[in-house]
Amino acid sequence: MMSENGALPLRGKVLTVDTMNANVKKVDYAVRGPIVQRAVQIEKELKEGVKKPFEEVIKANIGDAHAMGQRPITFFRQVMALCTYPQLLDDNKFPEDAKNRARRILQSCGGNSIGAYTTSQGIDCVRHDVANYIQRRDGGIPSDPDNIYLTTGASDGIVTILKLLTAGEGRTRTGVMISIPQYPLYSASIAELGAVQINYYLNEEKCWSLDISELQRSLQAAREHCDPRVLCIINPGNPTGQVQSRQCIEDVIRFAVKENLFLMADEVYQDNVYAEGCEFHSFKKVLFEMGPEYSSKVELASFHSTSKCYMGECGFRGGYMEVINMDPEVKAQLTKLVSVRLCPPAPGQALMDLVVNSPQPGEPSYQTFIKERTDVLSALAEKAKLTEEILNTVPGISCNPVQGAMYSFPRITLPERAINEAKAKGQAPDMFYCMKLLEETGICLVPGSGFGQREGTYHFRMTILPPTDKLKIMLNKLKEFHQKFTQQYS
Amino acid sequence: MTKSNQIRFTPEILRKGIHGDTMTENGCEYRERVLTMDTMNPNVKRVEYAVRGPIVQRAVQIERELKMGIKKPFTEVIRANIGDCHAMGQKPITFFRQVLALCSYPDLLEDGKFPEDAKSRARRILQACGGGSLGAYSTSQGIEMIRQDIARYIERRDGGITCDPDNIYLSTGASDAIVTMLKLLVSGEGMSRTGVMISIPQYPLYSATLAELGAVQISYYLDEDNCWSLDISELRRALQEAKKHCSPRALCIINPGNPTGQVQSRQCIEGVIRFAAAEKLFLMADEVYQDNVYADGCKFHSFKKVLFEMGLEYSEKVELASFHSTSKCYMGECGFRGGYMEVVNLDPEVKVQLTKLVSVRLCPPVPGQALLDVVVNPPQPDEPSYDTFIKERTDTLATLAEKANMTQEILNQVPGIKCNPVQGAMYTFPRIHLPPKAILEAKEKEQTPDMFYCMKLLEETGICLVPGSGFGQRDGTYHFRMTILPPKEKLKIVLAKIKEFHQHFMAQYS
Repeated sequence: MMSENGALPLRGKVLTVDTMNANVKKVDYAVRGPIVQRAVQIEKELKEGVKKPFEEVIKANIGDAHAMGQRPITFFRQVMALCTYPQLLDDNKFPEDAKNRARRILQSCGGNSIGAYTTSQGIDCVRHDVANYIQRRDGGIPSDPDNIYLTTGASDGIVTILKLLTAGEGRTRTGVMISIPQYPLYSASIAELGAVQINYYLNEEKCWSLDISELQRSLQAAREHCDPRVLCIINPGNPTGQVQSRQCIEDVIRFAVKENLFLMADEVYQDNVYAEGCEFHSFKKVLFEMGPEYSSKVELASFHSTSKCYMGECGFRGGYMEVINMDPEVKAQLTKLVSVRLCPPAPGQALMDLVVNSPQPGEPSYQTFIKERTDVLSALAEKAKLTEEILNTVPGISCNPVQGAMYSFPRITLPERAINEAKAKGQAPDMFYCMKLLEETGICLVPGSGFGQREGTYHFRMTILPPTDKLKIMLNKLKEFHQKFTQQYS
Repeated sequence: MTKSNQIRFTPEILRKGIHGDTMTENGCEYRERVLTMDTMNPNVKRVEYAVRGPIVQRAVQIERELKMGIKKPFTEVIRANIGDCHAMGQKPITFFRQVLALCSYPDLLEDGKFPEDAKSRARRILQACGGGSLGAYSTSQGIEMIRQDIARYIERRDGGITCDPDNIYLSTGASDAIVTMLKLLVSGEGMSRTGVMISIPQYPLYSATLAELGAVQISYYLDEDNCWSLDISELRRALQEAKKHCSPRALCIINPGNPTGQVQSRQCIEGVIRFAAAEKLFLMADEVYQDNVYADGCKFHSFKKVLFEMGLEYSEKVELASFHSTSKCYMGECGFRGGYMEVVNLDPEVKVQLTKLVSVRLCPPVPGQALLDVVVNPPQPDEPSYDTFIKERTDTLATLAEKANMTQEILNQVPGIKCNPVQGAMYTFPRIHLPPKAILEAKEKEQTPDMFYCMKLLEETGICLVPGSGFGQRDGTYHFRMTILPPKEKLKIVLAKIKEFHQHFMAQYS
């Protein structure tokens, strides 16, 4: 490679796309992928005064509640401030219940400071509180604090478990069953670890439910070329929003036992349940209610986070996992592995403590807390419904009920000409669609191809997070765009 | 060997073979787990991290026993194993905590008790956050405004040499960024497998990560007789040797050093840069202790600065990643997991891959990002919080310097312990001479001799250190790493107890 002035050849770099980690090149994460990069560019252009058919970019690509205007829970932030600057414990503007929680957390910290490292598994008293929360949530089924690992968001715990599970080579390489559609942390991590991705399709005709026969089909096929070891399920679902029935959860557990699969239950949206007749059932609870024949056998890891539900505290990177029936020697390896990164962020751990130890009736902060929590969840429920309704009035868009979580994942019908133009550009048709939507309306969504979908179908994922009025405007713009797009490419 | 004579030939067993299903007492078949030592990730099994390893686990056990009232020759365990400042009594910087509290609960912006300079920084940070909240995700590379502030900090520190904010990546502690870079660098197979040069002794994040990634560890020895300095001839030796069995691609250096505490001379840093340029090695400069410099005549020189002062022939070529953190220096904010790296001369296509990779984990903790912002943007002379800030910072660093000196002095009085000057960082890594009888007994117990020594020290005095074997050392030499973090009075006692123990140990095993 000659430089422009004809001087000596440019020195090749040590680290190039040819010499770098091949697995990393295979990683894709659509939620922050090319369309978002274009959205950021457009925001810069708007700032510079470039004229566009819109005044702002609406980032409906990511489940970032606060960024879209959701307020934090007052009590949580009060306790965080007290933990951060304990001089405030003398300030009578803070309620006693907040102060008590702060004192308790600080007492558990080295040197009474959230600036100290914690144990790698997470602050003891927080893990105890998490265990108590799980126990209450699951109708009294015991939870051992020693089975709780605090993590840097749920993503951290999920990657750690996948890492432990990845072994073998060629036909014995670990296979990981993931739903299609799925949250692309899973596909990205599988690619990075060089594990084998095994797709099982959710049933769009039946509100994205899970069919055991489909699990069976995908497992059989996978056994030809890898060693399936783990089954991942997201409930409530992302991007699809379905809340699995209790029956379905039982069936999945039976399947996991029969087929010797480690179960990973991603339950970060456990408080985000909107549809009538739907209820969140934790895998842990169902497992134990099925009796020792199952509860003594199934290896399960369940994940939770401070990022979703009614808290929306994404930036704090708080999370935990509970491991059930883990081999004790493997558990020792797990503890060793997490120790290398020292500990999860202490502020996130403190925040998780408050989530599982929120104000109780009788405490000064209870009323405000309950009101704030209820308001957030009911606003989300309203917006879930609104979204489904409006999208379903658009010919060519079909939206399953948003039973839970924070997204809609409607199916879009694209004219043949549009599909062809997309392919000519080397773009997935739904990426082509979403890019046009972005350029013409400023609305940033994520194409369904980023999550996986049945061949020949197209979708997009949109969050239901913008404030109701803005959401209405957005949905109407979407409607307008779709009609125009359909016409343009007919 | 199975004791069963009644094997159920399930598809599982037919596929996997029978491996020792055992019968439980009531004759029911015991189902083998999916995830076992045999089926788990083999690289993870090779990982070791001594700083929180077996000796610390024993220390935690002992703490529990003490709590339960069990009598011991001591009343508390002293955790001198880990660089955890606040846990050992160091106070946080007031200004930093004020700003973070304001960011966490912005209602406090109305509170007259907070100084204006803290409030204006909090407002500025919040304006840069989605929805004005620390709870929003940030961009994966980190809040842009903070990266700009960091770039300016680096420019000031490095005498005006330009820093591009786009080359800054905020991270979850420095460890996160170090692992990310190593991950990018690891490729190839067999003879073309990535080799990574690391100092012996080293901070075991490096060896652990290389084991986990299945990269090849290339050890280069620091020169204990010359205050743990780095010999280019030793780098050359290690590299030549390594070329026979792997593809060396990176050279890691920790400056100031951990566990050894040496502050490399400018000359040495230039030598390393020349070596990296000549041998085509990606340089990784771990500089988390950059404010922890104590010894007279020692000065911190950032790799970035030296690189650019060496002129275009080097500054346009050498690929460099430099790491910093909020955990050490005078802040000691380990729990916040704040950190950043600056990448220099990174291939643009690789940089795109890097940005993509970090996006999967969304973003580093925002409180840690905010903390980093105030670290690089501290009170200025004309601001209300300046005097207090300077006093707190100076006190912390001066205390550390005192303790560094004291530690070296006291340990060097002990026959059989030889301690190099603690020029910087937070640790002492003295060499201990162990009698052959002790070494033998250790080997019988299948313990490394310095683990044997440290375990006995722990059981007899409650002092928890990390054996040198956890960091690496020349064959036949033994060390331990001890932090200089306990408060001065306690540190004196700890050192006196170690002196006593060592003499007793020597006598016992003579």
